[in-house]
Amino acid sequence: MSKAAIAALVERFPDAVYDAYEGVGGDDCAFVRKDRILEVCRFLKDDPKLQMNLSPYVTAVDYLGQDPRFEVVYNLVSTRTNQRVRLRVKVPEADCRLPSVTSVWRGVDWFERYCLDMYGIHFDGHPDPRRLLMYDEFVGHPLRKDYPLKARQPLVPERRVDDIFRGPGPAGRD
Amino acid sequence: MDRETPHGLAGEDTRETPGSAGAGLPAPVLGKERTARPASELDAPLPSKRMVVNLGPSHPAMHGVTRAVVELDGEIITDMKLDIGFLHRGFEKSCENVTWTQCFPYTDRLNYVSSIMNNVGFALAVEKLCRLDVPERASYLRVITSEIHRICDHLTLVGAMGMELGAMTVFLYSIEARDMLWDRLAELCGARLTSNYARIGGVARDVPDGWIEKTTRTLDRVTALRDEIDGLLTRNRIFLDRTRGTGVVGREEAIELGFTGPCLRASGEPWDLRKAAPYLVYDRFEFDIPVGSNGDNLDRYLMRIEEMRQSDAILRQAFAQMGPGEIIVKDFRYALPPKPLVYGTIEGAMAHFKLVMEGIKVPAGEAYGYTEAANGELGFYVVSDGGGRPYKLGLRAPGWPMLAAIPHMSKGHLLSDLIPTYDSINMIGGEVEQ
Repeated sequence: MSKAAIAALVERFPDAVYDAYEGVGGDDCAFVRKDRILEVCRFLKDDPKLQMNLSPYVTAVDYLGQDPRFEVVYNLVSTRTNQRVRLRVKVPEADCRLPSVTSVWRGVDWFERYCLDMYGIHFDGHPDPRRLLMYDEFVGHPLRKDYPLKARQPLVPERRVDDIFRGPGPAGRD
Repeated sequence: MDRETPHGLAGEDTRETPGSAGAGLPAPVLGKERTARPASELDAPLPSKRMVVNLGPSHPAMHGVTRAVVELDGEIITDMKLDIGFLHRGFEKSCENVTWTQCFPYTDRLNYVSSIMNNVGFALAVEKLCRLDVPERASYLRVITSEIHRICDHLTLVGAMGMELGAMTVFLYSIEARDMLWDRLAELCGARLTSNYARIGGVARDVPDGWIEKTTRTLDRVTALRDEIDGLLTRNRIFLDRTRGTGVVGREEAIELGFTGPCLRASGEPWDLRKAAPYLVYDRFEFDIPVGSNGDNLDRYLMRIEEMRQSDAILRQAFAQMGPGEIIVKDFRYALPPKPLVYGTIEGAMAHFKLVMEGIKVPAGEAYGYTEAANGELGFYVVSDGGGRPYKLGLRAPGWPMLAAIPHMSKGHLLSDLIPTYDSINMIGGEVEQ
């Protein structure tokens, strides 16, 4: 069914989409070069034959020891044409950033923040690039393969609740 | 005055009461500056400043431990930020360090109100990667337990929503109904809350004798309680006033924000994975997908009531259709051999040892398994390197995009509207915060 989507993608972006394959269970997958991902996503959403409208599930994988090390995975789906496509984007450790697709689907906001939090992958153009689940003082990125399972984190000094949005506030108020 | 004086805040207040502030002026529009000149010094607007309020992390209406920082202008929310992660338990990291089978207890604790749906979702994702077909009876049992848990999940939402809007009776009724269903599941898998039933390749055990008849009787009782809840809430004036027109999300907006499940359908998009991409044996049942029209809190509540009816219908059809047969695959690379074989044969003992000590050897590769859980698309992105443990187990929690959209749904509305909005998306801390 979604063969058409990958075929259209390869035809439209011959230099950005490579190694298209049929994944396990008939899912259609392709690799996309990371600087072109925004363009590709916008095409997938706007093309009348594909209409990948539902905000996708974005996650990341750390293939430690491979080059490029990280991979960001976009699981796209269309509620109109009932097609699914999976895009995989290789991200090297040295240049750990890629364009944000929040301008295409607003719903990927927290998924991209999750990737930033857990893997340290930065998304350029994200409206609110903060950690999602961890606190700001957390050192490192817990889902990276080189982050130990039982690592201890430094103790965070107690905050004064002067600034309700973000501590620690300045001293001097009791 | 040639027309009936309207009651309540809606409409123009045309009562000419001497001395009352704003008499004869249009009723104040919420969220906008008053433009009319005050008649006297006494009527001048009080000086106001923006106030920042911390809702949560420990707040009875925050369902778990989500912190919301709300900026208020009077009672209107002008800005809002959510801070999550207080319940973060490192689900994905933990799963990367245990065998595939040992992940099951962790999945129970994602959406702890409907734990078997998480079991099934995870099992289906792994089976997709293993290219494994489960026996038919196992599929039926998975559907049955999933649909019972869907009813439980919706009952929890309806009860909590009623309670937080002041209808305590509804909560007691729905929890009574939910507990009866949990008792049936406890007879099946031994635990009320963190029920653990699915396994890779099938389910843990077959139903006890007479369980189906007993469950049918329970469903009759649950149906009666559900109709009672429906009657108590759906025409309740207070409930309607608090939910109708609040937390509105349009159809296109809901898609763009990544809504799935009942919240997306309440906005008018008929998208249900049980119909769009049927898994297990969902294509053999007749059921409808209810669709809302306004996308407000009332629609999201009505969606739950109607979906409980549909789940009830699916359950009764499944009871009728289910035939005898195996409940788990006979392939000992994936499923534990029966105990007589383990104790009686060397092959059985070997298979048991390998499975317990090394784990299921899932073929190397990656797959994305998705199911329609009670709150929407529950996806597991599984990556295996061929060893006995997941290389990566990505969780797409259904509640995540909905929770992320709360600030968008609340800005410019009353603080008190935040509570039904929060209820109706049914955020479950366990799955959202992993």
